[in-house]
Amino acid sequence: MAGNAQTSPQLDYSDDAVRGFALAAVVWGVVGMLVGVVIAAQLAFPDLTYGIPWLSYGRLRPLHTNAVIFAFGGCALMATSFHVVQRTCQTRLFMPKLAMFVFAGWQLVIVAAAVTLPLGITQGKEYAELEWPIDILIAIVWVAYAIVFFGTIGIRKVRHIYVANWFFGAFIIAVALLHIVNSAAMPVSFWKSYSAYAGVQDAMVQWWYGHNAVGFFLTAGFLGMMYYYIPKQAERPVYSYRLSIVHFWALIFTYMWAGPHHLHYTALPDWAQSVGMIFSLVLLAPSWGGMINGMMTLSGAWHKLRDDPILKFLIVSLSFYGMSTFEGPMMSIKTVNALSHYTDWTIGHVHSGALGWVGFVSMGSLYYLIPRMFGRKEMHSVPAINLHFWIATFGIVLYIAAMWIAGVMQGLMWRALNADGTLVYTFVESVKATWPFYVVRLVGGLLYLSGMLVMAWNVVMTIRSGRAVPSPIPRLVMA
Amino acid sequence: MDILYLLIPLSAVLVLGILGVFAWALNGGQFDDLEQHGEQILDAAVDSFDKHQDA
Repeated sequence: MAGNAQTSPQLDYSDDAVRGFALAAVVWGVVGMLVGVVIAAQLAFPDLTYGIPWLSYGRLRPLHTNAVIFAFGGCALMATSFHVVQRTCQTRLFMPKLAMFVFAGWQLVIVAAAVTLPLGITQGKEYAELEWPIDILIAIVWVAYAIVFFGTIGIRKVRHIYVANWFFGAFIIAVALLHIVNSAAMPVSFWKSYSAYAGVQDAMVQWWYGHNAVGFFLTAGFLGMMYYYIPKQAERPVYSYRLSIVHFWALIFTYMWAGPHHLHYTALPDWAQSVGMIFSLVLLAPSWGGMINGMMTLSGAWHKLRDDPILKFLIVSLSFYGMSTFEGPMMSIKTVNALSHYTDWTIGHVHSGALGWVGFVSMGSLYYLIPRMFGRKEMHSVPAINLHFWIATFGIVLYIAAMWIAGVMQGLMWRALNADGTLVYTFVESVKATWPFYVVRLVGGLLYLSGMLVMAWNVVMTIRSGRAVPSPIPRLVMA
Repeated sequence: MDILYLLIPLSAVLVLGILGVFAWALNGGQFDDLEQHGEQILDAAVDSFDKHQDA
C-alpha cells in the first residue's frame, strides 16, 4: 500500500534533521578517523608535522576523540534517535523546527571544536576539553534535543514506549547531567576558565563523568540503536523483550558507580576505588544480557548473515561489545589494573569498543537508514558494504592485537626489578620497544579509515540517484 | 574527599529519580503484555511505507 499520493505534510514523518544528521555522521566519521590516523602516525614518526603547533599531537589527540565521539557518534545518535522515536511512536517529531536548530547547533559545536582545539584552547579534561563558551552552547543544544525527543514521546500515538526509546532517553538525560556537573568552571577570559574542582576531587568528578560518558553516550545510546535496527534488518523481533527491559534498568543503575576504576592506585581513597572495581565487575552481567539478547534475535535466521553485510556489521558489533564489556571489568580489577594502567592496553580496549561496537553498530544502522531517507530500498552498492565490513574488521584486529601486545609488554617492562630493587628498564627503552606496534596500529587504523571512505563513496552514490521523499505515518494515513 | 558531599547526595537524588520513573512506567502499564511489543515495530501497519520503498 503506497498510501495517499496527496498526503499533507502533517501526516508525514519529519525527517529533515534525520537526513542531515545521517550525512553529517558519515562526513565527521571520515574526518575523525583521518585525525586518528595522523596522530597514530605521529607516535611512530614524531617529526611528521614539522613542529607546527596546531598540528602537534597534544592538540590533535583531543580533536580526534571529540570528532569521533561527539561529531561522528553524536550525529549518528541524533539521526537514529529522531528516526526511531517517530516510527515507534507513530507520530511526527515534536517541534520539527527545533530539531533543525539542534542539527545546526550541533554542527556549530563541532566546527568550534575543530577550530579551538588545534589552537590549544582547552580545559584539559578528557572528553570535556572544549572551553566554557562552547560548553554553554552544548548545554543549550542538548536541552533543545531533550525537548524534541521527550516531546515526541509525549505526543505518541502508541501507548507502549518501545525499549530503544528508553535507552535513548537515558542517554540524553545522563549526558545532560554529566556535562553540566563536570564542565562547571570559573571563566577568567573568553577562552580560558578554571575547573570548579581541583586535585583528586576534580579527578573523581572527571572520571565519574568520563566513565559515564562511555556508559551512557557510547553504550546506552547505541544500545537504543541496536534494539531497533537489528530487528528491522533481520525482520525478527528482539529475542526476549522482557530481557531487554531488565537489561535496561540493570545497566543504567550499575553504570553510574564504575568511574573510580580509572583511578586505581592514585590519591583517590581506597574504598572509592573498591566501589568502582566491584560495580565494574557487576556490570558484566547486564552488558552480556544485552549482547545475548541482540545476537539471539537471529536465532533461526543465522543464514541471513551469509548474504547480508548490514547484518554482519550489526551482529559483529555485538561481539565486540561483548569483548569490551568482558575486558573492561577484568581491567577494573586492581591487580590487573596495576599492570594495564597508563599502557597501550587501555588504548586497545577503548578501540575495540569504539571501532568494533560503536563504529560497526553506527555503520550498520546508517546503511539501513540512509537509502530509506532518500526513497531507496538499499544502498547503491551492497558488495561495497561487504568490502567495507571486511576491510574494517581486519583493521580492528590489527589495531587491538598490536595494542594488547604493546600494553602488556610496557606493563611488564615498567615493573621489572633487579635483585637490588632498581629498575631494569628506563622509560625510553619501553618507548623504543613499542615502536613496531605503533606501526602495526597505524596500518590497522588506515584500513579502518579506508573502509569509512568506501562508505562515504557508497553514500554519495546512493543519494545522488535518490530523492528525499515524504514518509507518510501509516497509523495516521490509514486511520 | 569533600567532593563526596556533592556526589553522594546527587547520586541519591538520581536513584530516587530513577525509582520515580520506574514507578511511573509500572503504573502507566508500560510493562503489561510485553511479548507483543517486540513484534510491533515489524508490523506492516507501522512501517508500510518503508517496506514498499522502491527507487
